[in-house]
Amino acid sequence: MGKVIVVTSGKGGVGKTTSSAALGAALAQGGDKVVVVDFDVGLRNLDLVMGAERRVVYDLVNVIQGEAKLTQALIRDKRVETLYLLPASQTRDKDNLTTEGVAAVIGALKANFDWVICDSPAGIERGATLAMRHADVAIVVTNPEVSSVRDSDRIIGLLDSKTLKAENGERMEKHLLLTRYDPLRAERGDMLKVDDVLEILSIPLLGIIPESMDVLRASNIGSPVTLADQGSAPAIAYFDAVRRLKGEQLPVTVPGEKRGFFGKFFGRKAA
Amino acid sequence: MSMNLFRLFSRPRSAPAARERLQVLLAHERAATGGDADLLGKLRDEILRAISKHMQIDDDKVSVRMERGAQVSTLAVDIEVPFDAGKKAA
Repeated sequence: MGKVIVVTSGKGGVGKTTSSAALGAALAQGGDKVVVVDFDVGLRNLDLVMGAERRVVYDLVNVIQGEAKLTQALIRDKRVETLYLLPASQTRDKDNLTTEGVAAVIGALKANFDWVICDSPAGIERGATLAMRHADVAIVVTNPEVSSVRDSDRIIGLLDSKTLKAENGERMEKHLLLTRYDPLRAERGDMLKVDDVLEILSIPLLGIIPESMDVLRASNIGSPVTLADQGSAPAIAYFDAVRRLKGEQLPVTVPGEKRGFFGKFFGRKAA
Repeated sequence: MSMNLFRLFSRPRSAPAARERLQVLLAHERAATGGDADLLGKLRDEILRAISKHMQIDDDKVSVRMERGAQVSTLAVDIEVPFDAGKKAA
């Protein structure tokens, strides 16, 4: 049985989709069988970020409504053969996502994949609560910025009350993924510190992803950053996050720390 | 370090790729929502309907692939037709 992970945040634009694609690709690059599911019905973008936008035949809503088989809707990545995408519908309403339908799809995916990564839409409405409903593990994506931290706190509350795990009296495993971290702004003292965010949200840290041109470039060309540029700082951060997700004890490094101006540009080589 | 420097300046710009991908995608999406329904999707559905008239379609034996391009799109419907398929049809 595979593990179901929800990538969520409450706030939009913090890097859920980018992170879902990068984490999914990093896991698949390690040989695991991975499917990344887009729950943002009506505003899908995971297909675009993963470079599969021209190949969408059927989507999650088609499968739930019985118009297509799950196997027909899955899109296999052209670069990593153990990586799959289940796109969201672009034209249908999110009310087409039924609780039973989502349960059936997640159940089938769990039986066939090592990891089922659910890319949640922003907000706290139906799409977001359905994306988190069957999760075994939650990754809360947060920017070091006041409104993002506040929304993350709200989402953590939902993870502890509105999920199947919570309803069964079990504890939801939650991890914080700090994204768009800017070492220069941190150095100037104009950004919330990592420790501040951790203290406020009090969930363990999965990784710190630096704000980077490499992430933008990767989206532009339709490739998860772990595939687009394996040696880049954000890619290394995602690879490390995946190792921690798999249980490895690995100290979290703060991007740019103890490195001067040039160190920022000529980052360390890939391991 | 010199390798990284080289990499930094030799990489092709990514913005043109983003622009081209968006143009193709949005052209298809606008056509699909502007009443002029997605031709590729329509063809897909009608082909599958036509086939189901002559044989029972086992969903797992059918693979449909599409690729939307700027000038041309492709639709590939791959169907395993069993030897006695005709007899099973209603």
